[in-house]
Amino acid sequence: MGDIETHEHDVLVIGAGGAGLSAAVKASAAGVKVGVLSKSLLGKAHTVMAEGGVAAAMGNVDSRDSWRVHFADTMRGGQYLNDWRMAQLHAQEAPDRVRELERWGALFDRTQDGGILQRNFGGHRYPRLAHVGDRTGLEMIRTLQDHGIHQGIDFHMEVTVLTLLKDGDRIAGAFGYDRERGRFKLFRAKAVILATGGIGRAYTITSNSWEYTGDGHSLAYHAGAELLDMEFVQFHPTGMVWPPSVRGILVTEGVRGEGGVLRNKEGKRFMFGDIPPLYKSSTADNEEEGWRYTQGDKDARRPPELLTRDHVARCIQREVREGRGSPHGGVFLDIAWIHERLPNAAEHIKRKLPSMYHQFKQLGDIDITKVPMEVGPTTHYMMGGVKIDPNSQMSAVPGLFAAGECAAGLHGANRLGGNSLSDLLVFGSRAGEFAANFARGTALGIPDQARIEAAAAAAVAPFERAGGESPYAVQNDLQDMMQARVGIVRVEEEMLLALEAIGRLRERADQVFVPGNREYNNGWHTAMDLPSMLTVSELITLAAVERKESRGAHFRDDFPDKSAEFGGFNITLSKGPDGHPALKRVPSTPMPAELKQIIEEMK
Amino acid sequence: MATATLRIWRGERGMGRFEDFPAEVSEGMVVLDAVHQIQASAANDLSVRWNCKAGKCGSCSAEINGRPRLMCMTRLNALPLDEPITVEPMKTFPHIKDLVTDVSWNYKVKLGIRKFTPAADESWKARQDDIDRPQEFRKCIECFLCQDVCHVLREHGLKDEFAGPRHFVYSAALEMHPFDTGDRLADLKSNQGIGYCNITKCCTEVCPEEIKITDNAIIPLKERVVDEYYDPLKRLFKMFR
Repeated sequence: MGDIETHEHDVLVIGAGGAGLSAAVKASAAGVKVGVLSKSLLGKAHTVMAEGGVAAAMGNVDSRDSWRVHFADTMRGGQYLNDWRMAQLHAQEAPDRVRELERWGALFDRTQDGGILQRNFGGHRYPRLAHVGDRTGLEMIRTLQDHGIHQGIDFHMEVTVLTLLKDGDRIAGAFGYDRERGRFKLFRAKAVILATGGIGRAYTITSNSWEYTGDGHSLAYHAGAELLDMEFVQFHPTGMVWPPSVRGILVTEGVRGEGGVLRNKEGKRFMFGDIPPLYKSSTADNEEEGWRYTQGDKDARRPPELLTRDHVARCIQREVREGRGSPHGGVFLDIAWIHERLPNAAEHIKRKLPSMYHQFKQLGDIDITKVPMEVGPTTHYMMGGVKIDPNSQMSAVPGLFAAGECAAGLHGANRLGGNSLSDLLVFGSRAGEFAANFARGTALGIPDQARIEAAAAAAVAPFERAGGESPYAVQNDLQDMMQARVGIVRVEEEMLLALEAIGRLRERADQVFVPGNREYNNGWHTAMDLPSMLTVSELITLAAVERKESRGAHFRDDFPDKSAEFGGFNITLSKGPDGHPALKRVPSTPMPAELKQIIEEMK
Repeated sequence: MATATLRIWRGERGMGRFEDFPAEVSEGMVVLDAVHQIQASAANDLSVRWNCKAGKCGSCSAEINGRPRLMCMTRLNALPLDEPITVEPMKTFPHIKDLVTDVSWNYKVKLGIRKFTPAADESWKARQDDIDRPQEFRKCIECFLCQDVCHVLREHGLKDEFAGPRHFVYSAALEMHPFDTGDRLADLKSNQGIGYCNITKCCTEVCPEEIKITDNAIIPLKERVVDEYYDPLKRLFKMFR
């Protein structure tokens, strides 16, 4: 093991999406030596797929907006399980982070008076999402990338981390491999920031790409950090359902923000029939008012299609289950209908939603300016993740930070659309600043050699077996199992079966075989992703069994109502002394009076 | 269910051969689905780079029946299935394995382009009309298919002297950016070699984002370079300055 290629950085960032790049840029600006590991090529991370926009209360379109309203919207959307301090910082700092991107070259769509245009989105009281058509994420990642490459940051592309390394209690680096040659690499660092994104690949129907296997969640867990809110997995209401090969691909909420409506096969706008009490006063009760809202009428209330994602997803699921769905098991999302209202509707749709137009035309032979789309829920986003300090983003492991989707707290039980792009800017930046500060006050640790050797041995084992099952088979079975048993509607007995199944899948994962050699071998990469996927699947299931109520994204058929008792705590999981997950109920910290008052005022 | 034959290039570091694989065709399937199907069954170690599978990240570039395309956006029903579908790695970049190439040269070229430089007293106000064009260029997903098809890079291998269509689009986005004050014309003329482009528009034809690379980016940049360096009046003026 003596000849492993070794790199040394003050701050090592694992992940190169919006959170990782924000962190790297800020850490590097603070004057420390920064390395970034990206599982794919630079600029390809999932941020690139974010469509609708970045939420920031700049008030460019409606001056009634302010951080207070954004804060209250975020807490309401998260069913008050959010970390209130994170929700406060997020709402306060997002506008500056968006303006900062503009100063680095981002070109957002403009208002009439030349400022940054903002659009309506689910759960946001005022038009709040700065955007670029429906390709906002591409604009953000490219801006961060093009700014970051001139900052003296070391980018290591197509590198995957197998384990974090510690020196005693504190972080000392990471050990992984490069995809191209399959060589092991050691990264020593004074501070490590996890920015690895989500877990969507644990499910069959997902908007996530191959990368999102819960690496950061799993790395942190095995390094001794706590994970928080793992039961809350967001199923986005509108994924493509047809043709089969595109099932799960995201259809932006922006379609509904621009006036798109949901109908069942009877042509009924079913969302009007089920508006939760928390949102009754702020939701339109007729189609006319809903339309006016999407066209910028400040006196109109939002249409029920723009209720929070958890609720819309469940309503769609109900329509399908009760036999009122579309031919391919979804419902209809109709933007074409707006030609009844707008003179140049087709041009308007193409201009506002160009990549949706393109996506349906090319992948589904469907012209969305003429006919409705078919959509259904798709696994989209992980609210749960590494429990961190809300100010610094540091976990329970000294020197280990997390930001973006792999961290938890901001979104509580359900994330509002647009709050992810702002999350990754605000908390990516904070993680970068605090990690740089941490690194300046410490020296490099000595990584645990035994851990490196164990990780290396486990990694090459699939080549050394005489034969065995394909890693793809295990991955597929895990995805189907999680989709069926720990999906959008959950019951205890199914989840207990899931835990048993995870045990069996783990045994199978330990025996997979991979042909070929270590050079760019996707089968081998899949085999090495399995342990993380199994870890997060188990943690999601354990937390979901524990929460015996329905709240936000977590819906229990056996406990269909919210419970005041369960609303008073979050669930954490950490690796116990016996090597098994240890679960805790952590009572919510009391909110300061001034924040409570904001929530009361905005009700 | 119909069956297609995929004739996939397999091998390492430029050495290799075509191998035929059968694939079950279902409705709406794209080439990347077929490659994944083969990877999950007959060839677990088949190398392919991909991410979003929705034409938004530009990772799965390849040459399908000889034409540079994204595998995720190429429908099987748009190809003749009575003969094998050939899938090869991009030819302009060094081969790594199977369908994967080393595109790192592109990242190096970008690093050499002067970065976004706003004025200190910028108002940060702009009209939507004025940013439509740079926004068109900023749709680029860096799939590098335009670089792959460009004969200056592909046939003549002038990677040291020519930045390629992707980077002209990038420079054009900056040059036409309402908040940018940088000047990239000298670089475009000299070390980026925009003069080598003889506007055959091959890049525009393969762009999956339908950016009018030649008409909207390269030709205007060429005109600006000509105005700056080859306008006889300007040259005369410069001589006496």
